[in-house]
Amino acid sequence: MSAFRFTIDGVEIAAEEGQTIMEAADEAGVYIPRLCDHEGLRHQGSCRVCTVKSDGRSVAACTQPAAPGLVVENESAHITKLRRDLVEMLFHEGNHLCPICEASGNCELQAMAYRLDMTEPTKFPYLEPCRAVDASHPDIALDTNRCIACGRCIRASLDVDGKGVFGYIGRGIHRRVSVNGDNLADTDAAITDFAISNEVCPVGCIIRKREGFATPIGEREFDKALIGQDIEAKRDD
Amino acid sequence: MTELRKARVATASLAGCFGCHMAILDMDERLIDLMGKVEIDRSPLTDFKKFTRRCDIGIIEGGCCNEENVHVLRDFRRNCDVLIALGQCAIMGGLPAMRNAIMHSDEPLRECLEEAFIDGRYIRNTTHNIPNDPALPLLLDEVYACSEVVEIDYNIPGCAPTGDVIYDTLIKLLAGKFHGFERDMIRFD
Repeated sequence: MSAFRFTIDGVEIAAEEGQTIMEAADEAGVYIPRLCDHEGLRHQGSCRVCTVKSDGRSVAACTQPAAPGLVVENESAHITKLRRDLVEMLFHEGNHLCPICEASGNCELQAMAYRLDMTEPTKFPYLEPCRAVDASHPDIALDTNRCIACGRCIRASLDVDGKGVFGYIGRGIHRRVSVNGDNLADTDAAITDFAISNEVCPVGCIIRKREGFATPIGEREFDKALIGQDIEAKRDD
Repeated sequence: MTELRKARVATASLAGCFGCHMAILDMDERLIDLMGKVEIDRSPLTDFKKFTRRCDIGIIEGGCCNEENVHVLRDFRRNCDVLIALGQCAIMGGLPAMRNAIMHSDEPLRECLEEAFIDGRYIRNTTHNIPNDPALPLLLDEVYACSEVVEIDYNIPGCAPTGDVIYDTLIKLLAGKFHGFERDMIRFD
């Protein structure tokens, strides 16, 4: 494998052939915001929060291969505005009420809003959909009001657990994540599945019952550090 | 020469839980410092029900769920130079806005009230009526964020915002030096 270099926001990044822009950036300690991508899962490139300008073209950093000499723009004002718009639209598309959500503080969507300075109400309308809560499973509940259709649970269940508990249904704005059965209790989902682990669902849709407030609000992951600071800590300059 | 005077501040709680007003008290001893810079006009803290004069800063907790909320909010906009939405309910509707998501039928408000006062499984309502006293403000069809009703100048996020972020923002605003929040001060919970 041949090694080469390219730049992100003027910082030289070492990469190897076959790596995506995001993989190389993660190793070099440059954080590119992302929601649908997660370490250990197949890249999907659907949330577009990781959009960067690569030689002037907008591409998803999680799926775009790095190439020698690429000039990548990551945290410019333009890209940050675009990302904030995407995150705001996700907030408006579902029912994301942080004060009542047990994932608050551990939620990557919320943490992304913090990182992108989302403090003002937006001009987008709230769609306020009416979606069901599936509490049929003895150990797991699904509150699809909070689902952002990132598909991380789909890939985790299919590729890691080898089960296929979750899948996409519908098209366009009607595309939703659904379960392979009438409800979750109908499927072979188990609390020990990787797809059900806390790290897979970025929001508060997949709920592990009886664990919700074990860590109090204010002492949670993103109360302590901005999202992406763990990756940025790896930077050695 | 302009005469130096204390800034006049008014506050109100609309469709909120008074948690944000409690959070104002979370400034603790810094309140003493703040009171050297501001005087409080219309507010639940002073129990003034009306503005005694025009105010510099109006602080609003909670969104609008009934017509009285809208009336008060418009009154604040008319009487305050700068209007601040304090907390998630004022900014985006918050907990009361949960009812918006179940409001998709033809007569959502009627269904909501009937379940709350007549049909609900655990209701003990001997009159079998929906409360309809003329003194009760009429509910709105939905819960609205303050910015959907009037122009809002600043938003302090949080549920409730910490005493730190409220103090910091007010002090910076009074000095004319507020340019947004530090990222680690932004919280929605």
